[in-house]
Amino acid sequence: MSHATSPHSTALATLILVFLALVGLTGLTVWVAYFDLGAWSTPVALFIATSKALLVVVIFMEMRFGQPITWLAAVSGLLFVALLIGLTMADVVSRGWLGVPGR
Amino acid sequence: MSSSPTNVAHQFDDAVQQRAASTLGMWVFLVTEMMMFGGLFAAYVLYRSMYAEGFAEASNHLDAMVGAMNTLVLLGSSLTMALAVRSAQLGARAGTVAGLLATIVLGCVFLGVKAYEYGHKFEEHLVPGPFFIFAGSQAKPAELFFSLYFAMTGLHALHMVIGVAVLGTLTWMAARNRFSADYHTPVEIGGLYWHFVDIVWIYLFPLLYLLGRH
Repeated sequence: MSHATSPHSTALATLILVFLALVGLTGLTVWVAYFDLGAWSTPVALFIATSKALLVVVIFMEMRFGQPITWLAAVSGLLFVALLIGLTMADVVSRGWLGVPGR
Repeated sequence: MSSSPTNVAHQFDDAVQQRAASTLGMWVFLVTEMMMFGGLFAAYVLYRSMYAEGFAEASNHLDAMVGAMNTLVLLGSSLTMALAVRSAQLGARAGTVAGLLATIVLGCVFLGVKAYEYGHKFEEHLVPGPFFIFAGSQAKPAELFFSLYFAMTGLHALHMVIGVAVLGTLTWMAARNRFSADYHTPVEIGGLYWHFVDIVWIYLFPLLYLLGRH
């Protein structure tokens, strides 16, 4: 039962297509950086980076064959990082909102 | 060769459960890695929100084309890593060894380019500290940017060095026929680590190199 330990493997063509997509998205992120998108430049850059990260996670890291509990672990990482950055920024942004006596 | 009992540790029911446990364990480790890099990303978000102009100006002192080429090198190494894992799953020893060696070579090319970039930063007095020189009113925010640049790319490069050592060990094991179509979990786990380090760079590249291009 050679398929028992590794239930799936990814086709050669799929791996090469994913690599080409990653190269294309890298070119795209460099190209759009030369346009002044104002407040949108960072969201666009992060959207492209996240698209690339998803390709790597789902295909290269074989998460499309992943068990639900493995997905849970991976997504919990995103949650923790979001909490870390979100709460830090919530503190910084809201510091001036309330008048502090003596300041 | 059916899943040989010697490959399954006694606490597991079978090879499937053992492999699932290894994969889950590696992902839990990667979550702790996300948190370690997350601290630096949080510092980056905080200071960039405070000094957007200085960060954009400092970012233009990085060479976007060198960074882009290095991104392609690293993406290529992820492809060869995925090819090595695929060969291991199919039980092809030569393909596994070749894929791992190609990944090591590309990883070393990336580190070489990084060393070249670091050298240039020293020559241009862009390394934070007493010798930091930056013309204009944004010198202090720029120094902060370069502190984060060296901390983030330095931690990333350290992960690459460790990754090369891991891949070297895996190559040696593969060459000595330690893996088969039935048992190759170490190659897959090593691959997860390598791809994770690639993903960190996928975010570092636009956030550090492409801030002030327009």
